[in-house]
Amino acid sequence: MSALEARRSVALSLACGAVFGLGLVVSGMSNPAKVLAFLDVAGAWDPSLALVMAGAIGVHAPLLRVVLRRGAPLAGPAFVVPALRAIDGRLLAGAAVFGVGWGLGGYCPGPGIVSAGAGGATPVLFVVAMGVGVLVHRHLFERPRAPEATGGIAAEGDG
Amino acid sequence: MTLTGAITTAVGGAIIGLSATMFLAIHGRTAGISGILTGALTPARGPSRAVDVAFVLGLTLVGLVARFAAPQALGDASPSALVAIAAGLLVGFGTRLGSGCTSGHGVCGISRFSLRSVAATVTFMATGGVTVYLVRHMLGGGR
Repeated sequence: MSALEARRSVALSLACGAVFGLGLVVSGMSNPAKVLAFLDVAGAWDPSLALVMAGAIGVHAPLLRVVLRRGAPLAGPAFVVPALRAIDGRLLAGAAVFGVGWGLGGYCPGPGIVSAGAGGATPVLFVVAMGVGVLVHRHLFERPRAPEATGGIAAEGDG
Repeated sequence: MTLTGAITTAVGGAIIGLSATMFLAIHGRTAGISGILTGALTPARGPSRAVDVAFVLGLTLVGLVARFAAPQALGDASPSALVAIAAGLLVGFGTRLGSGCTSGHGVCGISRFSLRSVAATVTFMATGGVTVYLVRHMLGGGR
């Protein structure tokens, strides 16, 4: 990849992140109260999160098949689609732990980062702690791999 | 929820789906924010790290703009500092252990009809729901 291609790739990724953030803001998912109201099944329930996911999947599911029919991505070396793996204890335990944190703060990674960008001590604390949590897991469970072995990308994860 | 509110919400979701599609088409990767954040934090990972950092920056910049352009969309961050830290640690650790989050599993994985992602999504929604129930309706810590 030439320097120009690398710069273009980075600029395009910035744009993707910005569009994602826009979606979060427009959908109200950057507001933890709305997210918690969805999880609060026994209280004043707000179905918004379900609508957001339906909208997102409704667009992404059909389009991703069209995209994957191409030979290669526009700015990357190859498609990195997560490998098929069985549903295991790590997946379920991790999801369970993530859900608890989500229910406590009302933030998952994307909205947390957007809210931190807006300032405010709480989301910034959340994001810093989230980074620490990521690094703790890496330190405890993830052996360092040579970049070539995974193509420099966490191909073993689903995302 | 009003009809306008429902449409706006769904359109926001569609925009998220669009960005995930863009990211896949351009960079060939899943738009799982937990994975992208991990990549941004992981040293010596080659050109993909710049992509990860840029994506995170894009999210951050939108937040900054939203602070002035649409502050009502951000809401009041009510958890205490201690809760925010605990929440962050659990989310960071859990998304790595579980290989994904609401965008990685909930949007991208389910869009691929991945049973793993369906299982993960059901699980984190369940524990999220239980957590909120315990905090709001049992421990009296309603927000």
